[in-house]
Formats: sequence, structure tokens, C-alpha cells
Amino acid sequence: MAGGVKIRVENVSKIFGADPAAALARVWDGMGKTELLEATGHVLGLHEINLDIREGETFVIMGLSGSGKSTLIRHFNRLIEPTAGRILVDGENVLGLGPAALRAFRRHKASMVFQRFALLPHKTVLENVIYGLIIDGAPRQEARDRGMRQIELVGLAGFEGRYPGQLSGGMQQRVGLARALATDAEILLMDEAFSALDPLIRHDMQMQLRDIQSRLHKTIVFITHDLDEALLLGNHIAILKDGRLRQVGTGAGILMAPADDYVARFVRDVNRARTVTCGALAEPGPVFPSPQAASGASGWVIISDGSGGHGLMRAGGGVRNGEAQLEDAVTIEASANVEEAFGALARRDRPLVVMADGRPSGLLAWQSVLRALQRDGGRHPAPERDA
Amino acid sequence: MASGFPELWDTRGFSRGLDAAFNGLVATWGETLEALFMPVLRLLGLMEKGLQALPWWLVALALAALAWHAARNWRTVAVVLALTLALGLIGVWDAAMATIALMLMATALSILAGIPIGVLMSRVDRLRVAALPVLDIMQTMPIFVYLIPFVMLFGPGKIPALLATIVFAIPPVIRLTDLGIRQVDPEIVEASRAFGASPGQQLWTVQVPLALPAIMAGVNQTTMMALSMVVIASMIGAGGLGYQVLQGIQRLEVSRGLLAGLGIVFLAIIFDRIAQSYGRRMQKSLKLES
Ligand SMILES: Nc1ncnc2c1ncn2[C@@H]1O[C@H](COP(=O)(O)OP(=O)(O)OP(=O)(O)O)[C@@H](O)[C@H]1O
Ligand SMILES: [Mg+2]
Repeated sequence: MAGGVKIRVENVSKIFGADPAAALARVWDGMGKTELLEATGHVLGLHEINLDIREGETFVIMGLSGSGKSTLIRHFNRLIEPTAGRILVDGENVLGLGPAALRAFRRHKASMVFQRFALLPHKTVLENVIYGLIIDGAPRQEARDRGMRQIELVGLAGFEGRYPGQLSGGMQQRVGLARALATDAEILLMDEAFSALDPLIRHDMQMQLRDIQSRLHKTIVFITHDLDEALLLGNHIAILKDGRLRQVGTGAGILMAPADDYVARFVRDVNRARTVTCGALAEPGPVFPSPQAASGASGWVIISDGSGGHGLMRAGGGVRNGEAQLEDAVTIEASANVEEAFGALARRDRPLVVMADGRPSGLLAWQSVLRALQRDGGRHPAPERDA
Repeated sequence: MASGFPELWDTRGFSRGLDAAFNGLVATWGETLEALFMPVLRLLGLMEKGLQALPWWLVALALAALAWHAARNWRTVAVVLALTLALGLIGVWDAAMATIALMLMATALSILAGIPIGVLMSRVDRLRVAALPVLDIMQTMPIFVYLIPFVMLFGPGKIPALLATIVFAIPPVIRLTDLGIRQVDPEIVEASRAFGASPGQQLWTVQVPLALPAIMAGVNQTTMMALSMVVIASMIGAGGLGYQVLQGIQRLEVSRGLLAGLGIVFLAIIFDRIAQSYGRRMQKSLKLES
């Protein structure tokens, strides 16, 4: 899936204000965002950002409000010029593009969905969607056809003649999405593109984005406040705070090993049941017949009948009148997330047999599931709630 | 003068110099300028003759149709129609047509020049800084002051009247074009930039359309100011209703002055109604769409 580096961000810093260079020097001397604002009236937008975004991946940027997410994504198509640093797209320095080349870049290479929609209020939904194509001089009929397809894709068929002011926020956001998709750019820059959608449509859109991603291999930069969404969509996640990058990594990597307290607090509320897999929680369950016929941690032994069938036997018990009292085993795939195991676990008092590559690899007991769902993943005793 | 302000510099010399310079200008450029404005004068004459030659009911119908187009309500149409007919009834029809011609011409030229100037001002901050005080002066200077240099350049007639009217009427359309474009939501302009629009495309697809209600408000004001100025400009030979008022004063004919004055009031109401209705509808449609 992931190819070479599509977007490389090198030492990018951005200061808003009258004399950014001088302010940047003070930031280098260790000044933080609030102090800088108080001392000089300059706003620290970004500081020393280094990132590699690979071709064909979905790269998620997260962070609290004001942490610099929108500022960062605007650098990728040069709506904002950095105070220092470079942005390379396909190895080419975006900052070196002349006016015409920059326009071509924006028309063909990178399109954008805006946080506050930024639709043209005097144009209809269809005219909005085909705006990029018309700007580029596409024949009207061809643009219309393409626009109508995008409008259908985002579920707004029948609304193409309306004006943005006549639509709900969620509908407007989908118009913005269709407008960005219509130009067929290789890079999609999506600034909180799903934030105004209701949960059902949001889920639909997430699935559609994944579908588009897998079919068309677009490189997607996606800003969201929703960690579940980030984990669902993102191949990599970057976490920003006060204009600085705190951690970049895969979703699981960040969940399991948050770089600092800030990131840890950030991932506290994630729905772990959806992100932790059964395989990660399985305890080694002895498979009988096996070299060591001791009981597993859960007190159960997996009995394999050698022909793909499995049973469970209570360790140290289960033999009555010289016959093994086998009980049915329910299996679950190691790659399934924990949430999928809830039903089976609730229905019986026995652990589930976790299967990997068609063979039993361990046991999943409800105790370990509960432990894993604790905020800190059960690696520490439950913390006191902060006051 | 004993209690007078001390004479710190020689104003008389300054005045004399200025006058001499202007006289020189008139001498060297007067004819060229006159030739330059000949086509405008012809067009204006044609318009006036045309309006006067049209059957009265056609003019009334056209104004009523314009009112309907602007307001979409029968009351406005009725008011406009009644006042137009009243112009004929009080016997100032031909003079009114001459005034309308001059006013329309001045308004059209003001808009033609004013919108591009306003657009430029919105893009070039330095031009704006320089232009705003000039616009202020243009609007506050007593209008008779413009008449003098224009009359010197062209002699009394329609052209100086037209130019003085334009100078007086053009500031609102410039100001409001500039303001309207500056008030367009920067995020929308940014979006158009993000899709690769060139500066010209940004202007025509986003900024001007979104500034249109403001621009139209400017056009309204310009129209009304042109109307009021045209009346005064009649004193330097523009003809029309203002000239009738002037004659009334000169000949001490109260009735002539009164009827012409009434005609001016009727015209003002007609154009005010039409212009305001346009403005209101423009506001409403943008609210619906945004
Ligand atoms: N044009 C600007 N001028 C001055 N300061 C700015 C400008 N744009 C952004 N900032 C500042 O930069 C910082 C980052 O803003 P940004 O919009 O990138 O935040 P964000 O992470 O997108 O927040 P949100 O989640 O609320 O959208 C903020 O402190 C903001 O005040
Ligand atoms: Mg933002």
C-alpha cells in the first residue's frame, strides 16, 4: 500500500506577526507559545515540524484546538508560507513554484476540504462542486457529468440546484468533500472534513474514504479531533501541541506507548475495545496433547482432536469415570477486535479459544478483557481520578 | 484689516499663479479636450432627443416595467406610474426627459469608471490610503466649485455639467465597491485560491459577485447624487428641469419654478423607489444563498 515519500516536511516553522524572523529566534532560545504572545505579540503557529507522508497512505493530524493543525495542512498547498523550512511534494520544493506552476499544482495535485466548508454562497451545489474544473477550463458538459457523479457519491443527488445557505451543516460539508474529490487530485487535504456529520453519515463517509483510498491510492492528510476516527482511518498519526510535534506513529504504537503525558491523556478516552485485538490479549493456553500438560493461567486446557476440532477441559478436573469431560469451545480470530468477543464471552463462563493461522494460539478470558479496557490498558493499577 | 489674521504668505500671488496656470491649461488643452468629449456630447444629445421623441406612454410603461422588475410589488409600480404621468400633467415632460438623459449618462459613466477604480483600491492598499481623502474632498467640496474649472475648459454646456456631475456622484460607487470586496469572507477567497484560481478568476468568480450587494448600494447612491447634481448643473447650460427652475427665478415666475421643482421631486421619488427596491432584493437573495 504505502509507496515512497509523497510529502516531506522539513524543519517547518511558522510565526504569525509583524516580524516573524525575530520572533522565531526567540522561540529557538526556548520561548513557549504563551510567553511569545505575551512578550512580542507574535503567535507561534508551528515550530520545527519534520514529517514524511508516504504515497497512498492516510496520515492523520491530531491535537487540541489551536495546536496548529489547520496551519500545518495549509502549508502543503502553500496557502500559508512557512517562516522557515521546506515542503517537498514528490521531491519538488513547493515553495519554489512560480505563480503558474503553483496554480497547476493546486488544480491537479492537491485539493482541499475546509474546516468551515468555505463554499461559494452565490453558486449552486453543482457549481460549487465543479468549481475547480471550471477554473481549470474544463468543458462545461464534462465538468457537469463529473460533478453529478461526485454529488451522488456523497449522497446529495437532487440537491445540485440548491444554494449552500439552503443546506444543513453536514450537507454543506459533503459539498466541500465532493468539490475536493471532483478535481481528481492525487493528494487530498482534509481539515476536519467529517466533523459536522451525524454519526451514520459520518460512518458512511469514513467507509467511502477508505474505499476511495484503496481503489485510487490517493495520499490523504486528514485532520480530526476524534481518536476513534484517527485509528480507523490513519496509517500514521501525528499529535501536535502548541505548534510542536509530540509523537508520530501508527495508531497501535501511540496507544501502547504514548511518548509523554500529553499524548497519554490524549488517548485516554479511546474506545479500546475497537482497537485492541483478541490476539494481543490471549493468554497462552496449553494445547493438549502437548509437551507440558500443565494448566494455563485461566485454569483451562485446550484439547485438540487433531482434525481441526477443539474442546476445552478444566485443568485438574474434568475427568469423571475415567472419561474426559470435554466442553464445547468457541473460537475467535486473533485479528478480531475485542468488541467482537463481547457476546461470546457474556454467554458462557469459559474463555474463548483464540485462533491464529487456523491453529489455537491461546485463551481469551473476560478478566483480561476487562483489564485491557481500563484507561491505561491495565498496565498500572487504576489511577485516582484527578480532582 | 486690523483684527484680521496675520498674512503669513501671499495668498494673492498664489491665487494669481493658480489661475494663470489653469488659464494656460485651458489655452493649450481646451480644444483637444473638447474634441475628446465630442462623442459623449453626441451620444447625450441623441439620448435626450430619443427620450423626447418616444411616445409618452412608452416611457411610462418602461419605467413601470423597471419598477416591477426591481420591486415585484404592485404598489411601487403604481407609485412610479402615477408620478411619471404627473410629469406630463404638470407640463414639464420634455425638460424631465432631458434631465433623465443627463442623469443616466452621468450615472453610467460613473459606474463604468467607479467600479474598476474601487476594485483597484481594494487590491492596492497604498492607492486606498491616497484615494480616501480625495473622495472625501470630492463629496464635501461645494459643488459649484467644480463648475468653474469645467466651464472654463469647455465653456457653458452639457459636457461641463456632465463632468461636474460625475465628479460629485462617483465617490459612493468607488467607496462601496472597495468596501464590498474587502468584506468578502477571506476563507471563501482562500478556497478559490486553493483550487488554483488566478487573481483574475478570484476577482470575477468570488469577490465581485459577493460584493455585488454593496456595489449596488453604491450605484443607488450614485444615481441619487447624480440626479441632485444634474439639477444644479443646469445652471451652466445643461438644460432640463434645473434650467426651468433657473428661468423661474430669473423671470420671477413663481409658477414655472414651482412646477419644475415638483418635477424634480417626482423624478427623485421615481428613481429612489426603483433603486431602493433593487437594493432590497439583492440583500434578500444573498441572505437566502449564504
Ligand atoms: N492568520 C493568522 N494570524 C494570526 N494567528 C493565527 C493565524 N492563523 C492561525 N493563527 C494561530 O495559530 C494557532 C494555530 O491555529 P490553527 O487554526 O492551526 O489551529 P487548529 O489546530 O486548526 O485548531 P482547531 O482545532 O480549533 O481548528 C492558533 O493559536 C491561532 O490563533
Ligand atoms: Mg483547524
